[in-house]
Amino acid sequence: MTVTLAATWIDIGPLDAIPRNGARVLKTAMECVAVFRTASDEVYGLRDQCPHKQGPLSQGIVHGHFVTCPLHSWVFDLRTGAVEGPDEGSTPAYPVRVEQGRILLDIAALAGPASA
Amino acid sequence: MSTRTTTSAAELRAIADVVDKFNIPSVKVTGGQRIDMLGVKKEDLPAVWADLNAAGLVSGAAYAKGLRTVKTCVGSDWCRFGTQDSTGLGIKLERLLWGSWTPAKVKLGVSGCPRNCAEATCKDVGVVCVDSGYEIHFAGAAGLEVRKTDLLGNVRTEGEAIAVIAAIVQLYREQGRYLERIWKWAKRIGNDTVREQCLEDRDRRQALYERFLYSQQFAQTDPWAERVAGKDAHEFAPLADLTTARQEALV
Ligand code: HEM
Ligand code: SF4
Repeated sequence: MTVTLAATWIDIGPLDAIPRNGARVLKTAMECVAVFRTASDEVYGLRDQCPHKQGPLSQGIVHGHFVTCPLHSWVFDLRTGAVEGPDEGSTPAYPVRVEQGRILLDIAALAGPASA
Repeated sequence: MSTRTTTSAAELRAIADVVDKFNIPSVKVTGGQRIDMLGVKKEDLPAVWADLNAAGLVSGAAYAKGLRTVKTCVGSDWCRFGTQDSTGLGIKLERLLWGSWTPAKVKLGVSGCPRNCAEATCKDVGVVCVDSGYEIHFAGAAGLEVRKTDLLGNVRTEGEAIAVIAAIVQLYREQGRYLERIWKWAKRIGNDTVREQCLEDRDRRQALYERFLYSQQFAQTDPWAERVAGKDAHEFAPLADLTTARQEALV
């Protein structure tokens, strides 16, 4: 891993390390972040914890740009962390992007309160 | 525990070592006569499985709609009432059936006499040993529904008991609908049909038994060993760990 110096974006691994429609966990000092890869190779980051009963979203089922929590099937929009109706709530979303096959995460968002 | 109903000092020692090494918070004896090791951290699982496999312990029965366990009593070896070797038959049945996929779960029990210490008469298939051989019972349940088994019939030898039971499981696999337990399937097609095809019609029974044996060649894989060997490794390790090396970058 290398820190990209110009910004707060850090390299957290290759895109290939996450299966399509799957997720991997990024451990940080604050919390675990679930990093998702969709079928069309978009990448998203959410706090790896459902606000309902703390289900690990990284082990949920990814469909489109949503993930369904493995515990009680709450559905989250990967882009915002918002829960789809009829359930209510949200989990923090973190800025991640892919550049030349590498996944980058903005650690500034991690350090402070999440933007979403 | 392994895919059978007995254990040994060496296996228990290996289990105890794993519990200590990985700080496993809870160890429990299950209703199906296995040992639960509960609360293992997911990232520790491949190493836990590697240690247990090294001690000769094989997992593999209950990761699907498939065989759960074959529960047994001690039988004729150690009980004065025992009429047959119920433990031995249970182990043989489990070795034969483990890894098979079925429409819903399948639980078996083998009791050494009608006192029925293995509670065989509330299982999907239960054997009650008697002096003249083996009573084969089926279509029991003890879950959301509680249902006593019906008697399918009697056979004289252990070999016949095994063939009949494999034939029942095979016919059920071929006809049962997803999530339809054996008792529901039997109710739909009729106990007499099951009796005729799995017990009375020898050719039909043999054909079902052989089909079961054939498919088991491809079904009995140990999912632990596959993952110890590296399958799905990404499932168990984090993508990256920023808790130590990268901490300075975060502040
Ligand atoms: C195009 C036709 C159909 C579609 C797309 C469809 C789709 C589905 C879906 C998505 C589920 C939920 C599965 C789940 O909870 O995981 C379901 C469940 C179910 N469907 Fe259908 N279905 C169709 C036709 C039918 C028909 C014709 C029947 C009955 C005659 C039927 C009976 C059922 C039953 C009983 C369940 C509940 C199963 C359970 O509890 O596990 N479906 N179906
Ligand atoms: S079922 Fe019969 S043989 Fe088995 S332990 Fe009980 S009394 Fe003994």
